[in-house]
Amino acid sequence: MTSEERRIRADFPLLMSDSTAYLDNAATAQRPACVLDAQRDFYERSNANPLRGLYGLSVDATDRYEQARETVRDFLHAASEREIIFTRNTTESLNLVAYSYGLSHLKAGDEILVSIMEHHSNLLPWQMVARQTGAELKYLECEPDGSLPRERLEAGFSPRTRLVAIGHVSNVLGRTAPVEEIVQMAHDRGAVVVLDAAQSAPHMPIDVQALDVDFLAFSGHKLMGPMGIGVLYGKESLLEEMPPFLTGGEMIDSVTRTGATYAELPHKFEAGTVNAAGAVGLAAAIRYIQEVGFETMERRELALTNLAMEGLKQYPFVHVLGSGKPEEHCGIVTFTVDGVHPHDLSAMLDSDGIAVRAGHHCAQPLMQYLGVWSTTRASLFFYNTEEEVRAFVESMGSVRRRMGYGE
Amino acid sequence: MENRTFYNEILTSHNLRPLHKRDVPDANLELEGLNPSCGDHIILKLKVENGVVEDGGFVGSGCAISQASADMMLDLVIGQTEEEARRLADIFLRMIKGKVTEEELEDLDEAAALQDVAHMPARVKCAVLGWHTMDEMLKDSLSGGDGGKQVSTETE
Repeated sequence: MTSEERRIRADFPLLMSDSTAYLDNAATAQRPACVLDAQRDFYERSNANPLRGLYGLSVDATDRYEQARETVRDFLHAASEREIIFTRNTTESLNLVAYSYGLSHLKAGDEILVSIMEHHSNLLPWQMVARQTGAELKYLECEPDGSLPRERLEAGFSPRTRLVAIGHVSNVLGRTAPVEEIVQMAHDRGAVVVLDAAQSAPHMPIDVQALDVDFLAFSGHKLMGPMGIGVLYGKESLLEEMPPFLTGGEMIDSVTRTGATYAELPHKFEAGTVNAAGAVGLAAAIRYIQEVGFETMERRELALTNLAMEGLKQYPFVHVLGSGKPEEHCGIVTFTVDGVHPHDLSAMLDSDGIAVRAGHHCAQPLMQYLGVWSTTRASLFFYNTEEEVRAFVESMGSVRRRMGYGE
Repeated sequence: MENRTFYNEILTSHNLRPLHKRDVPDANLELEGLNPSCGDHIILKLKVENGVVEDGGFVGSGCAISQASADMMLDLVIGQTEEEARRLADIFLRMIKGKVTEEELEDLDEAAALQDVAHMPARVKCAVLGWHTMDEMLKDSLSGGDGGKQVSTETE
């Protein structure tokens, strides 16, 4: 282990105590001690129901919750904290946009554009909106390497496109979508853009104002925050005119026997007791990322991806999906092995102490489009080590032999 | 590690060189078994005459556990009565749940090699696919079903 690797891994209790080579970071990341401490500290020192109580503890809980919102606003470079809504995860954020914006703004004859690479969480809500409103769901088809060149974009857009929902980084191919181009084409046609940043937010700086996206969603747990806290960014002008998604406590100004007036942004969209400790933990994760720096993280992830892809090249029976360039993978290396089912493959890697993901990765339309039923995915994060990647590559060398194939 | 030797020679040879992965043109029972989440898929065909499984085979694709398990099962049940086939299926399904005696295990012969799947929750449905499909098929046949070709989906 290099001294840099040792220094980074010392921040992660699980990595220090568990010998698993954890290569399933696109599913969820491990948490540094500062995140666990921040959550614990909230419960130990500031716990009360935020946004309600008129006593000191509740005010303190509210302050910490709202400071976390400010940390997220700064992380995304949003114009106002009114544009930052805490949710449970990316899925809930996307459903919020689908139910609140989608159902009230789309109608028969309109088109919703998604890419064939979408995770089910950025697909099923739009299938629902299409079914309920009569709008048509259309697909942007990618090249086999996951790229979306201009012709592909032109073929997907039409004058009737009203909403574009696109993953920033594919959770299978690791390819980054051309967001600027898509936003420009969408806005030229009067369509809004919903960006699923679940896979990008942990790996690259995001500036929602520079990207000019209308909505953006991400999960805390993939960027080392707690599970059960996620974020929706939305432009204030759009959020203002949207109806609430969930109704109930903490999202109202006043309620009568027949109706209610809703709270101001962002609380209009945060019904019920909020996950304040989760938000505080997420803010700690963001500060941790800012301390380490995306530059360091990207440098390390690229080196590890390069090592993995170069290593797998020596095996003619392994086929990596997506681009041939490691810098176009965002740490995600998805592959098939001739004659070995991904579930058997992941079981064998598991027996070697290596954790990878196997299956359809919640992206079945992409699997069908690429003509593979299921695949295996190793996803790398900056705290992984060269030693882990080498062990993975070495383990991969014997999988066919272990399944009974001759040399 | 629990499954270091799980992919043993018995399992891999049934997967790579299955004896019964073939069509049975004169089969009178047919059922499709499917694990939608992982894509394991078989079509099981049996020729049952006078209460005896005279012949059987399967076609399909999936992980080694699902395919090898179906092949081992056919090794065992061909030539047996329907009741015996169902008794073996019952033992196998209980073995996967960790509720089986040593004597019963002996009756499963090579299929007992899959016993450790009990410790791999994600793979249980792979191991039971063939057995569950056969059990459903014979249950229906014994209860007076028409014995014709039936297709259904396993969603265990």
